[in-house]
Amino acid sequence: MIRLGAVYLLAGLMFAGFALFSGLDRSNPKRWGNTAFWALVALSFLAGDRLGDLGNGVLVLGLALLAGLGFLGRSHPETTTPGERMATAERYGNRLFVPALVLPLVVALGVLVLKPVQIGGVPLMDPKQATLISLALAVVAAVATALLLLRQPPAAAVQEGRRLVDTVSWAALLPQFLAALGAVFALAGVGKEIGGLVTDYLPVDTRFAAVSVYCVGMAAFTMLMGNAFAAFPVLTGGVAIPILVGHFGGNPAVIASIGMLSGFCGTLMTPLAANFNLVPPALLEIPDRYAVIKAQIPTALLMLIVNTVLMYVLAFR
Amino acid sequence: MLILLGVAVIVVGFAVRLNPLLVVVAAALTSGWFAGLSPLQVIAAFGKAFNDNRFVSAAYLVLPLVGVLERAGLREQAGRVIGRLRGVSVGRLLISYMLFRQATSAVGLQPIAGHAQTIRPIVAPMAEAAAEARDGSPDIATRHAIRAMASATDNVAVFFGEDIFVAMGSVLLMVGFLTTAKIVLDPIQLSVWAIPTALAAFAIHATRLVLFDRRLARQATARGATQP
Repeated sequence: MIRLGAVYLLAGLMFAGFALFSGLDRSNPKRWGNTAFWALVALSFLAGDRLGDLGNGVLVLGLALLAGLGFLGRSHPETTTPGERMATAERYGNRLFVPALVLPLVVALGVLVLKPVQIGGVPLMDPKQATLISLALAVVAAVATALLLLRQPPAAAVQEGRRLVDTVSWAALLPQFLAALGAVFALAGVGKEIGGLVTDYLPVDTRFAAVSVYCVGMAAFTMLMGNAFAAFPVLTGGVAIPILVGHFGGNPAVIASIGMLSGFCGTLMTPLAANFNLVPPALLEIPDRYAVIKAQIPTALLMLIVNTVLMYVLAFR
Repeated sequence: MLILLGVAVIVVGFAVRLNPLLVVVAAALTSGWFAGLSPLQVIAAFGKAFNDNRFVSAAYLVLPLVGVLERAGLREQAGRVIGRLRGVSVGRLLISYMLFRQATSAVGLQPIAGHAQTIRPIVAPMAEAAAEARDGSPDIATRHAIRAMASATDNVAVFFGEDIFVAMGSVLLMVGFLTTAKIVLDPIQLSVWAIPTALAAFAIHATRLVLFDRRLARQATARGATQP
């Protein structure tokens, strides 16, 4: 059975490659900072399960200090010039899209076809991790296709990957940092504390007020916690089930479903959802860190109003 | 009450743009401290959770692929394809992408596209080429606005498409939580109620994209007026 461990091994080797080539890159004055940072990420993927909790904690502190004290610098690995790229684009034409299509096709194949496959009663891949395993398989297939079809040197896979990871830099690790923060917040009881404030102090005595408190509360709480999954149990248990379902007799399926989607409106507006909101501006080389959030706020606010109205109309028929 | 200071650390730290990795660690230490945990306990808990969440960063496995394709000219080719089409605009391109992304997410194919593997090498260059073909070469601020809108469109489409899929993590989380509250529902009962929101999201964001096109056209006219 292919497990998540195989994906982590591949990711660990990739980050180790980034660290190695960072160390060899004399054109980057901060090359040792980059080397140390990506080597720690590689170590986490390759040996994280053997480091122990405190060991992993020290590793995380190392990453935060390297990033926070400015030890990372943007590298400029040798790559093709815009002129050369235009020339290869003219030569290969739409064949350039083939590897880019291999990726989604293999992911879809993995998720839809390979996931249920069993060999001798043992699943081919860990069903809980099928998406990530399929993605890893798809990347291997697509990179191989790209190197052969477009005649690229194999080392380019690591060097070009490093070029991109260095444009994102330390922000690449922010989503994982925030996921870990969510766990610490849960341990400290932050969610319960905020949920208590909402249920104790906000008006829920009319049906419309209660619907608004739940929907807006889901969005606001999600903005503070970074994801709707943390907000859902607290506010659904505190407001939706006792008041909207219990007191006002609403349909729990409508309330839960639209409640979660109200939380997603919050996800669109918070820097704490870093993988959706802060990594993309870095990837797209937009100087304003909050540019994607700003582009999303009007849609998110309108959708929050729509969700509140939809819940009020649909849940109490 | 004082454990909420961890949230305050995040809000202030992000607002004054300190390094977010340091801000996150400081927030964990703050909330942990007021919850009665020692700094070493917080660091160990943080380390364990960091290790458990490695799958979040495993998604960067797509970067070598994207880099190699860019090296071979994928972004240039994406621009060339759009430059040859007539009647394409940033808004229409992104509306088509949103439709594709929302529809595939609704059947559980959310991981087939994303910011790294689709927006950066294909959709953003196409959108910039569409703006160029229509209104002439956009200035750098306009290019940034177009890229931000491309990423925003991906997020909106996925967020308001994926909950229609019955095996989505968020749907299963709702079913699990409601079961603990003695409300037993089938995932499909929750999924169908994600459809009205999905339709509204498409309508609202598509309208914004049409307005975005008009804004680009106005800006291009203004540029033309200042550079005779």
